[in-house]
Amino acid sequence: MALPAHISPMGRLAHYGYLIFCGSVLLFLIAPILVIVPLSFNAAPYFTFSREMLQLDPSAFSLRWYRDIVQNGMQNPNAAFGWAYLVDSWNNAQWIHSLKNSFVIAIATTILSMLLGTLAALGLTSPGMPARGLVTSLLISPMIVPIIITSAGMYFAFSTMGLTGTFTGLIIAHTVLGTPFVVITVTATLEGFDRNLIRAGLSLGASPVRVFRSVIMPLILPGVASGGIFAFATSFDEVVAVIFLADYDQRTVPRQMWAGIREQISPTILAMATILVLLSIGLLTIVELLRRRTERMRGTTL
Amino acid sequence: MMSGTIANVRPPAAQLDGAKRRQVLRQYRRSQRRDSLRALALVAPLCVFLAVMFGWPLATMLTRAVSNDDFGAVLHRTSASLAEWDGTGTPSERVYADFAADLRQARDEQTMGQVTSALNFEWTGARSLLMRTVRQLSSEPENGWKEKLIETAPDWGNPDLWILIKRLAQPYTSRHFLAALDLEQAADGSIQGVGPEKAIYVTLFWRTLWVSAAVAGLCLVLGYPLATLLARLPLKTSNLLMMLVLLPFWTSLLVRTTSWMVLLQDNGVINSMLVWLGLVSDGNRLSLIFNVTGTLIAMTHVLLPFMILPLYSVMKSIPPSYVRAALSLGASPVTAFWQVYLPQTIPGVLAGTLMVFVLAVGYYITPALVGGQSGQLISNIIAYHMQQSLNWGLAGALGSLLLVGVLLVYWLFNRLTGGQGLRMG
Repeated sequence: MALPAHISPMGRLAHYGYLIFCGSVLLFLIAPILVIVPLSFNAAPYFTFSREMLQLDPSAFSLRWYRDIVQNGMQNPNAAFGWAYLVDSWNNAQWIHSLKNSFVIAIATTILSMLLGTLAALGLTSPGMPARGLVTSLLISPMIVPIIITSAGMYFAFSTMGLTGTFTGLIIAHTVLGTPFVVITVTATLEGFDRNLIRAGLSLGASPVRVFRSVIMPLILPGVASGGIFAFATSFDEVVAVIFLADYDQRTVPRQMWAGIREQISPTILAMATILVLLSIGLLTIVELLRRRTERMRGTTL
Repeated sequence: MMSGTIANVRPPAAQLDGAKRRQVLRQYRRSQRRDSLRALALVAPLCVFLAVMFGWPLATMLTRAVSNDDFGAVLHRTSASLAEWDGTGTPSERVYADFAADLRQARDEQTMGQVTSALNFEWTGARSLLMRTVRQLSSEPENGWKEKLIETAPDWGNPDLWILIKRLAQPYTSRHFLAALDLEQAADGSIQGVGPEKAIYVTLFWRTLWVSAAVAGLCLVLGYPLATLLARLPLKTSNLLMMLVLLPFWTSLLVRTTSWMVLLQDNGVINSMLVWLGLVSDGNRLSLIFNVTGTLIAMTHVLLPFMILPLYSVMKSIPPSYVRAALSLGASPVTAFWQVYLPQTIPGVLAGTLMVFVLAVGYYITPALVGGQSGQLISNIIAYHMQQSLNWGLAGALGSLLLVGVLLVYWLFNRLTGGQGLRMG
């Protein structure tokens, strides 16, 4: 930003001070996430930069912690790389086990949340909805209630239903936590939605189902998709409900990291964290693209 | 925003005669009712799902906090015979005999734990007392159970202990809520504060409050200037910088907490850098983690995006011409900011602050990993009672109190932001 020519030295100082402050806040936000990336390539089992690493000595860097993700828990980790090695890793490695669980639970959660959340958002934004404000706050309250309370309550309730220690129980718990995001994003998309388009469709002779498929769905799809990604990320990141409701069989990546940090902290966690950062960059990019698409379709730019 | 819908356009009733008018009105109401029903039918699946899978669990936790049925169920004979006892002197032989029978059954069914933990909470040494007593149960006594039990442990001759057992055997109890507020019921039934060595929960509630308020304050101080900058920059630049705000928002909470452990440790990145710069001597590295400082730093980092996003969306909607007008009319930049810009951003400030506060109050993972002993919050003690001490009633009571507090703030949030506050990305 260019400063006007008449500004006083004090004003100039204040302006640069302001920019430096904002820069530091951005650094505060991003540095902790970036710092773990080089550390995950550390050849030594420490969480600090060794002198050799700072001098960029190639021998100070290694992929051993990434190899550990694939190998830890394998029956025969020293076998030659091949089909048998991959099968062993897929079936026995702890981190692979938790990655599989995380994906299964997160994908099921996403589908359920998108279904329930989109229906509810369609209802909430339709003109006949009574007590809209109250119902909306009730439906998004799982976001607000502290996760420890929700998890403790679910632990009591789910154990009477036989849902603790099952995939079904975890998927239900994560759907409870993830659906509010879908409700919010789809409601926001529908609020900017011109209802005359529905009437136009109906008056031109389309059936309500056809109107939904050909008019409503394409327009709200970006909102549904970004809500679904929020639900996916919520489930993929959630650990408290997993701690309370899951056994080892359902152990997810965050749960495995939690155990790792508390019990035997090793740089493998940093390697996994780096992979998760890459995943979140991917999700963030998709959501940004979807948001811009919605804005373009509405004909407005923020 | 939404243009008048067909259902909302009133029929031109004045031009119609009586019968016709009633008919039109009836059709109008029917169509409105149909709209409402359709809307409700769409919302219903999620409502039912949440009622069963979210509302019911919360209700279960609330009943746990007041229910006492474990204790009463295990000592069912004793509680029946104690009901006839008036509370003066020691109970009759019958009570002692029933008590022995209940304990023996509990030992065989392995339900002693529920009696022991409840009793031990209020009667010092109850655990060893019960263990000693259970060992004497195998043989029938010669002169009745009363004499034998008192002989085993003089505590059984103390009427206060029997008053306590009678009170614990009630189906509903306020003791968990009292304990959650560092209160207890004395033997005479009056409510008093517990001794200073047992009073921990009120301190924890206060700490949770001030840590959450401090985190919300820090987020506001750090987030407000950055949000103004993002709102003023050209869209291309601000979109790019926004990525730096959104990436932490999207990154796993555990990843971010791990990073702070890496950074803040005694020989972590920050301390090493300070020593290298000569700002801190090698001997007195700063202890930044496993205390309340660690909790504050890490939670501020985790929650900062929740402050910046609502601030940014409010600031983006403020036309820059207002500040320009103030400046051109002779206001100093400080006055223009203070009197023209700041008041317009208040909705964003409220939304962001309350959002961060309400999320901070319930935080569990971050304090558990970086908070050490002095940085633990109320969620951590709830988890402790859920998983380690297995005092589920107390966990339920602490959780209920926290829930009420959070719902109050949420209500305030909805009132102040008109239900428009929760927006994302």
